[in-house]
Amino acid sequence: MLRYSILVEHWDLYMQGFGHTIKASVLALIGSLALGTIIAIFRIAPIRPLNWVGTAYVEFIRNIPLVLIVFVFFMGLPAVGIRFDSFTAGTLGLMVYTAAFIAEAIRSGIQAVPKGQMEAARSSGLTYLQAMRYVILPQAVKIVIPPLGNQFINLVKNSSVLGVIAGLDLMYYGDLISSKTFVTFDVYIFVALFYLVLTIPLSLGVGYLERRLLKAR
Amino acid sequence: MDFAGAYAPAHLKFLLQGFLVTLEVAFISIVLSFVFGIIIGVIRYTKIPVLSQLLAVLVETIRNLPLLLIIFFTYFALPEVGLKLDKMYAAISALVIFESAMLSEIVRSGLQSIDKGQIEAARSSGLTYMQTLWYIILPQALRRMVPPIVSQFISLLKDTSLAIVISLPELMNHAQIINGRNVNFVIPIFILVAFMYFIVNYSLSLLSRRLEYRQR
Repeated sequence: MLRYSILVEHWDLYMQGFGHTIKASVLALIGSLALGTIIAIFRIAPIRPLNWVGTAYVEFIRNIPLVLIVFVFFMGLPAVGIRFDSFTAGTLGLMVYTAAFIAEAIRSGIQAVPKGQMEAARSSGLTYLQAMRYVILPQAVKIVIPPLGNQFINLVKNSSVLGVIAGLDLMYYGDLISSKTFVTFDVYIFVALFYLVLTIPLSLGVGYLERRLLKAR
Repeated sequence: MDFAGAYAPAHLKFLLQGFLVTLEVAFISIVLSFVFGIIIGVIRYTKIPVLSQLLAVLVETIRNLPLLLIIFFTYFALPEVGLKLDKMYAAISALVIFESAMLSEIVRSGLQSIDKGQIEAARSSGLTYMQTLWYIILPQALRRMVPPIVSQFISLLKDTSLAIVISLPELMNHAQIINGRNVNFVIPIFILVAFMYFIVNYSLSLLSRRLEYRQR
C-alpha cells in the first residue's frame, strides 16, 4: 500500500516542484517557438548562407544529448564568466534543444503547403515575405499544430533534466523529499503521478487534433 | 580554456572508455527493446482481449513519463521493494522499459499501415491468421519500420547520458569527472564530447535517410 501520508505531509514541496516544472516547460516552449520559427525561416528562405546556418543548427543540436546542452549552460558558460542560476540554465538548455525539433516541425509544415500557392501569390504581386505572411503561414499553422503538441509533451518530460542540476523541478523535489523521509518508492510514484497529470491530457489533446486533421484532409 | 591540457592522452582514453559504455548500453537496450517492442506491438495489433488493453494502459503510462524518472526508479526505488540492480542493469532496464513502449508504438503503426487487402488475400489463399501475420504482414511492416527505429536508436543513444544521475561510467559521467579537475577543461571537453555524440548520431541519421530513400 502506498504511504499517502508522504504526499499529504510534503504537499507544499510537491507543489513547488510541480510549479517549477510547469514554469520551465512553458517558458522553454515560448522561447523555443520563437527560436524554432527563426531557424525554420532560415532553412527555407531563398538565401543560401541562411540555409546552411539553419541546417547546421538543427542537425547539430538534434544529435547531441539534452543533458550536455544543459551542462553547457550550467557549467560551460560560467567557466567563461556567464552565470545563470540552475533553473535558468536548465530552461535555456531546454529551449535551445527543443528549438531544433520545433524548427523541423515548422519547416515540414510550411513545405507541406503546395508549391502552387507560393507561385500564385508571387505572380499576383505579393513579395516573398507577404506571400509567406498572408498565404503560406496561415495554411501551415494547421498542419504544424499536432507535431508542436508532441514537442510540448516531450518538453514537459524533458524538463525533468532540471533535476540533474538541482533546478527546483519535480525531480529535484522528489529527491529532496526522499532524502528527508528515507523513502524512495512511494515518493517517486507520486512524482510520476504529477507528471502524468500534465502529460496524459496533453497526449489526449494531441491525439484528438491529429485525428481531426486527418479527417479534414 | 586549456585545450592542450583537456585533450591530454589520458583524458582522451578515459572519454573513449566512457563512450564504449554508452554504445554498449545503447546497443544492448535497443536489441532488447526491439524484441519486447515487437511482442507488445503484435499483441496490441491483434487485439487479444484484456491483454491488449492492459498493455495499452501500460504503454501509454510509460510513454508519458520522463525517462529520468524511470532511471531513478529502477536504481533507487526498486531496492526498497527488494530488487537491487547494479548501475549497469538499472540503466539498461530503465532504457528497455521506456524504449519498448516507444518501439511497440512504431511496430503497431507499422503493422497497421499494411493494406487490409493483404490479410484478406492471404487468408483466402488458405493461410491461418498466425501464418499471415508471420509470412505476409510482419516482413512488409518491418521494412517500413526501419527508419523510425533508427531514429529511436539515436534518441536512445542520447538518452544514455541521463544515466549520469546514477553515475553510470558512460561518456557524460567521464566528461564530468575530467571537468571536475580543472574549470578550464570544461568547454574543450564539452566540445569534444558533443562531437563524439554528433558523429555517431549523424551517421545513423544519414543511414536512416538513405534507407528511407531506397524504399520509395
